[in-house]
Amino acid sequence: MKRNGKRRSALRSRVCSASIWSLAVLLTTCLAGCGTESVTVVSWGGAYTEACRRALFEPFTAETGIEVRVDSFNGGLAQIRAQVETGNVHWDLVDLEFADVVRACDEGLAELVGVDQLPLAPDGTPAREDYYEGTYSECGGGGTFYSGVVAYNRESFPGAKPSKLGDFFDLERFPGRRGMRRSPVVTLEMALMADGVPPEQVFGVLGSEEGVDRAFRKLDEIKDEVVWWEAGAQPPQMLADREVALSTAYNGRIFNAQIVEGQPFEIIWDGQVLDFGQFVMVAGTPNYEAARQFLLFASRVESMAAIGRYISYSPTRRSGFDLIGTHRDTGIEMRPHLPGAPENLIRALRNDPLWWADHHEEMTERFSAWLAR
Amino acid sequence: MAGSLNRPGLRAAALTLPLAAFLGVTFLAPLGSMLARSFYQPRVADGLPRTLAMLEGWDGASLPGEEAFRALGTELVALNRQRRLGVVASRVNRLRTGMRSRIVATARALEGVDPDSWREAIVAAEPVWAEPEAWMAVRRAGERFTVRHFLQALDLERGATGEVTAKPEELRIYVPLLVRTLLVSLAITAICLVLGYPVAFLIANARPSRANLLLLIVLVPFWTSLLVRTTSWVVLLQNQGVVNDLLVALGVIGEEGRLALVYNMTGTLVAMTQILLPFMILPLYAVMRAIPPEYLRAASSLGATFLQGFARVYWPQTLPGVAAGVLLVFILSVGYYITPALVGGRTGQLISNLIAYHMQESLNWGLAAALGVILLACVGALFGVYSRLVGVERMRLS
Repeated sequence: MKRNGKRRSALRSRVCSASIWSLAVLLTTCLAGCGTESVTVVSWGGAYTEACRRALFEPFTAETGIEVRVDSFNGGLAQIRAQVETGNVHWDLVDLEFADVVRACDEGLAELVGVDQLPLAPDGTPAREDYYEGTYSECGGGGTFYSGVVAYNRESFPGAKPSKLGDFFDLERFPGRRGMRRSPVVTLEMALMADGVPPEQVFGVLGSEEGVDRAFRKLDEIKDEVVWWEAGAQPPQMLADREVALSTAYNGRIFNAQIVEGQPFEIIWDGQVLDFGQFVMVAGTPNYEAARQFLLFASRVESMAAIGRYISYSPTRRSGFDLIGTHRDTGIEMRPHLPGAPENLIRALRNDPLWWADHHEEMTERFSAWLAR
Repeated sequence: MAGSLNRPGLRAAALTLPLAAFLGVTFLAPLGSMLARSFYQPRVADGLPRTLAMLEGWDGASLPGEEAFRALGTELVALNRQRRLGVVASRVNRLRTGMRSRIVATARALEGVDPDSWREAIVAAEPVWAEPEAWMAVRRAGERFTVRHFLQALDLERGATGEVTAKPEELRIYVPLLVRTLLVSLAITAICLVLGYPVAFLIANARPSRANLLLLIVLVPFWTSLLVRTTSWVVLLQNQGVVNDLLVALGVIGEEGRLALVYNMTGTLVAMTQILLPFMILPLYAVMRAIPPEYLRAASSLGATFLQGFARVYWPQTLPGVAAGVLLVFILSVGYYITPALVGGRTGQLISNLIAYHMQESLNWGLAAALGVILLACVGALFGVYSRLVGVERMRLS
């Protein structure tokens, strides 16, 4: 009887402490969420999200009092689709590649925000004219150019240094392993350019069966030496470890390693593949008003240029390029590091998001089959 | 009498109801919906019902009539207004690449028009509609019940006249990968057994204090995050990693001859073996602990050598543990995907990596479901063979 009573009181105290715990958890979630308004913004992680935090999220909170919670992902629409279809939307805004912005908009996964509702340029130009041709949609806001480039570690090449995209495929003159993104995007385009296709014809050539074969034949030349990466943070790491001698990479990540971390990396701008992304509001977001405020804030030319002061990505609005100036932490001039700088554009390919929206699945299937062989 | 016997049984059964409900919601329902998704595809059929009805009697060679064009035009515009067009367009795009943007462009061009000839208006908007193949893609995408995901998952395709043929060799992915997955899983299971058996034996026969320590050593990695363990294998095995550095420092290999131990099949095998080893050791240990050491001693006192004693006395008694461990490790490794994704590189990928790709990136859930069903069927068949050979009733976890 006595033992029983003791056990019961132990049980009671355990139940008690459990309820206190759950109450505490409830309270803290409430403290974080109930008091102030907040939006959840999903971005790509690493140096890029850090740049967005300082250039966008913090100034936005300072101006509006709306807290920004940051989550990260590796691109794609699956999570957004799952949230929209189950009606359980907990992401408010997502930073998407433009091909996905187009698909999300067509499929009703993103809220409509016409380009005419976005803020004017400082000189009063409407957003529709201020955005570069083809870089706005019916759903997106903000927008940055980034670039797929080849980068290398100077220490891997004591003698002659690679300088052209073709050198990436030249194992005789520049031996060593190569890093490439495990995706047909950028990979196929670079293979064709290295094979002598002029940038403006790349997507035309890729449109035919023979063109795709040609790209894979070019990739066959280096296949055995390639290490495939998936997250944008991997290439700088592999270059620093000298796991690879050359790697394709996002130019901003290499910039961050060069300038902030002092790594002996060089970018080969020849044959760069320019691409861009935008923020969209997830359809059915419970924080519609706050999310819309964020989207408009992120679409201001000044906000878009601010990102370029932390990482070498430039605005997709014409009036933004000249506003960037110098790097916030080191004071160096940003211009020569931007994908859009004229000297970096001598042989550059503008990615065609609409082509990829149609062909991504087919190309990935071929790419997977090729990889597994 | 029967009632009083039954009541405790009923009560016990009632106590398992929460578990049964939990299993139903978290296991059976998703499994059922996955099965359904692999052959039931209502999206296009619901989006273009009139167009598809018009195409029912169509011969497939000439162009369909004006009525079909009118139905297509009005339905595309309506879908676009409801913002449901993208899903339908993507589905058709899977059967004929390039249709996605053309369907979207057609719908936009037709917005607000009411032409005399829909046929002319639609072909003017996108010339692709003058090709019967485009209509064929719409008709096929509109099949509510379809086996095309299973065909695709088995590297087969349907020709223009509907006959089923194997894909050209350079486009086959799923079957070779499935075979590779099963072989790799077998290899990992075998390695785990060879490595785990002596360890389990050692633990089962050690002094209690030492046995606890050894057990702890087996269990600590088991409690460590999977991601941490996998990435620490990258640190150890990479080109400039600990293992290669050590081998170079010892002069076993030269600076140029560093071994490729990670981002390939070797990486997958090593990391997965280490991760799955406890699943082999624990059931073996549980069974071995119950075997009295006197049996082996009795065997040797009757004149058996150690090997004879082991083969005829000890090993048969550990079979239930071996059976359980082998089954656990094999089934877990067939479905593994994080580890191959991180350390597998190009050649160390398994079928689950492609299932994940179709779930998360291509959003082709139908194909992912078909691959899952095929994998499940393979495992089921192997399990059947296995239980005929070993006998499930002999398997013991403790």
